[in-house]
Amino acid sequence: MEQVLLLLILLPLIGALVTAFSGNYAKHVALFSSIVSLALTTAIVCNFIPDASTQFVVHYPWIGELGIDFHIGIDGISIITVILTNVLVPLIILAGYKHDYRSQNALFALILFMQSGLLVVFTALDAFLFYIGWEAALIPIYFICAVWGGKDRIKVNMKFFVYTIAGSLFMLLGIIYLYLQNPANNFDIQAFYNLNLDEAQQGWIFWAFFIAFAIKMPIFPFHTWQPDAYEQSPTATTMVLSGVMVKMGIFAVIKWLLPFFPAAADKYAQIIIILSVTGMLYASLIAIRQDDIKRLIAYSSIAHIGLMSATLFTNSRVGLEGVMIQMFNHGVNVIGLWIVADTIEQQLGTRKFSDLGGLAQKAPTLAIMLLVMAFANIALPLTNAFIGEFLMFNGLFSYNIWIAAIAGISIILAAVYTLNMVQKVFYGNTTAVTANATDISGNVKLALVVLVLVVIALGVYPQPMIDLTKDTVGATMAGK
Amino acid sequence: MNAIILSALLGVVMMFSGIITNNKSVLKYIAAVGLLLLIAANLLDTYALFKININTHGLLSFEKFGLYFNTLAFGATFIYVCLSGRDVEKAGINVAEYFALIFFVLCGVSILSGFNGLLMLFLGIEILSIPLYILTGADKRNLKSNEASLKYFLMGSFTTGIMLMGIALFYGATGSFALEAPPVIPTMGGINPSFLQVAGLLLLFVAMAFKVSAAPFHFWTPDVYDGAPSVFTSFMATVVKAAGFIAFIRLFQNQSIVLGPSWKIILSFVIIATLLIGNITAVFQQSVKRMLAYSSIAQAGFMLFALFAGNDLSREGIILYSVAYSLATIGIFAVLIKMSDYTFDGFNGLAKKQPVLAFTTTIFLLSLAGIPLTAGFFAKYYMLAAVIKEGGALWLVIIALFFAAVSVYYYFKVIQAMYFKEGEAETTEITGGFKAGLVLLAALVVLVGPWPSIILNWFYF
Repeated sequence: MEQVLLLLILLPLIGALVTAFSGNYAKHVALFSSIVSLALTTAIVCNFIPDASTQFVVHYPWIGELGIDFHIGIDGISIITVILTNVLVPLIILAGYKHDYRSQNALFALILFMQSGLLVVFTALDAFLFYIGWEAALIPIYFICAVWGGKDRIKVNMKFFVYTIAGSLFMLLGIIYLYLQNPANNFDIQAFYNLNLDEAQQGWIFWAFFIAFAIKMPIFPFHTWQPDAYEQSPTATTMVLSGVMVKMGIFAVIKWLLPFFPAAADKYAQIIIILSVTGMLYASLIAIRQDDIKRLIAYSSIAHIGLMSATLFTNSRVGLEGVMIQMFNHGVNVIGLWIVADTIEQQLGTRKFSDLGGLAQKAPTLAIMLLVMAFANIALPLTNAFIGEFLMFNGLFSYNIWIAAIAGISIILAAVYTLNMVQKVFYGNTTAVTANATDISGNVKLALVVLVLVVIALGVYPQPMIDLTKDTVGATMAGK
Repeated sequence: MNAIILSALLGVVMMFSGIITNNKSVLKYIAAVGLLLLIAANLLDTYALFKININTHGLLSFEKFGLYFNTLAFGATFIYVCLSGRDVEKAGINVAEYFALIFFVLCGVSILSGFNGLLMLFLGIEILSIPLYILTGADKRNLKSNEASLKYFLMGSFTTGIMLMGIALFYGATGSFALEAPPVIPTMGGINPSFLQVAGLLLLFVAMAFKVSAAPFHFWTPDVYDGAPSVFTSFMATVVKAAGFIAFIRLFQNQSIVLGPSWKIILSFVIIATLLIGNITAVFQQSVKRMLAYSSIAQAGFMLFALFAGNDLSREGIILYSVAYSLATIGIFAVLIKMSDYTFDGFNGLAKKQPVLAFTTTIFLLSLAGIPLTAGFFAKYYMLAAVIKEGGALWLVIIALFFAAVSVYYYFKVIQAMYFKEGEAETTEITGGFKAGLVLLAALVVLVGPWPSIILNWFYF
């Protein structure tokens, strides 16, 4: 049982290897592998004791002379992201079933490889291992986007890749600096927590780390890679990017930034909150003007992430709990929206509102699913996003009423663009494109039903999720 | 000492074997066996099992660091001969001589890794350089090869002049060729170098910067690397360059304090210029071979960090960097030689036609770009960590990081061409053995990635 976490990380790797060599059966193998991972995750969650401790620790020496260890474990913060990853990957693979991807074995193998990298990021207790996972999760994305992406993929992808590499190199710089300050000469996260750097030192390494995370999230003004990358990537990747990848940034701020540099975080909180709120409004306004479902979801995603990043720096426990829940919920909701968008594009060959309309008459099931997802995107009560956004606004409100009020405008804007999309795509008269549309079936339906159930279940009864994280969140806040 | 003597002897053996046999592949096998012998002899020396002792009166000193570097350099050459030996045969008609010259270069390498006085530095540099002038011009009927050879020779000779001038001034100031640390005179407030000594060291610095193609003394590099037969460019850009760095570090490890604070200022100027020129110019290249030439300048910028930091971490770092960079570059050049068209467009669609070549090249490129889990990552890591450890030069590290991100761009352009663009990449005939060799080399690069101790632990045995 002690090594179960190691198994959790190795499983997708083995799955990726098998998938790579299983030709036309690749998608079945990949799905099987991801479901086994999910089962294992369930077992871990059931055995997880919801307190502030780090559990399921696996610790091996790796590169002795540099003090690098293979050291992983799960606490109340990482368990959320681990569940998110392992719930979403099977759904993403399921949603990709119908696609006729060329050399699908490579595609699914890369997705599983990435899953492994993400799990390393979320469970790492060694800064170096964290960095390795951070990069290892990125490389597969590069290849997936560049091979299976849209027509501008090469240019867009290069921008995305160079952007994120530049960011993570700064993080590496910060990690090396902390390592050299550490009298124990290792990369242990606990040792880094106890460093107690003075304010001047904290200042610049804070930014070295923050830029890496801000690019990943992304926070205004580091967001320019995102809409293009989302639009040009194959949907499977877009789902991973927006569902899980951006959570790496949020997660990293909670676990690898705030506890390291509490003084700097307080000092620069205002700048970051203002940037985040600016980004929220900016992205919401642009989303209203979009004529393309994918780009709309991309900008809407920037707005939601902006709220999370603003709340992170308010130094409020309630807000942080909200962020933890919302990390999971945003992942679920955005994946739902992507599946709908992808279904429409697959069937009708267009993503433009101007070409679509009246789809509800032809595809009622899809319309209902989308409506639930849309409500969740606006954070209506009884959907999962409500409780998260409520807690986050609570935190933001306690920080500064005016900022909370300005951020609140984005909720109204979210309703405007989301409902506008629903209306233009699903209601009104059918167009030439949608006249012959049919309803969804099979795998897509299964994936959407699962997501909708999660949305409603967590919207009505979010307590288990809060219980999982609240002690660790409390400890993190106390540690600051 | 074993390595110096044996490599010179093997060079002579190779020359005469050209008389005995005309079969080119036999020559290749003789060279490969010779290299294995050389490695064995050097290992015997390293572990003091059998060594030839000649009193050099302190001009040469063989400690573990240098001997270990020899083993790695010979090993890299062995890999090089295994992978590209067949192409050496095609470079021209005098195959035996080419292998002989390579052994003479290795003799220069072993002198440079063990010199302890300026006289030996000079001999080593010359023994290393003169065979390279010839190899550059090996393709006698090709105008570009001739031009490159002449350019290299003229510029190289000029630099030799500068180096001799530096040595003369240094000797004039200290009365000795020895490179001991300058005496500290407490009454004068630390060391008190004479003007001649400083001038001499600066001239030596210029000459060495030329040899490792650091900007602004890099102008010969693109033309020579481009003009020389690709198979010899590969050798020049890897083993020879690494040896240049070892010599550079040996030369300045005790002498840098003579230059005082201005040492770091000069060096940081050179590092920034090298990174800037190498990386930015590489972005705009149309030919992969020229891109690799500029990228080798850019990589030299990173290797100069070892000189800048000058601590234990950087000594390990330069070894790791040499290995990581050499392995990847040998691999890429081995593939490049097989391509009919050296431009980026020539690589279009290689992944479909030659998946093994494309995949291994990708790994080599990832390593050059310093992506984690490949050997190149820890190489860069050690360099940066060494400089951060020394302190006071964080801005330099930040600039280097910026250029590391730039380098991702041009290395990935090759990957893009191979995988994401449609095209008919033409290659010459690829044998199964060649592919197997590439896969083994790529496996080595990936193995050193997470476990750099494979290379570094030997320091402590």
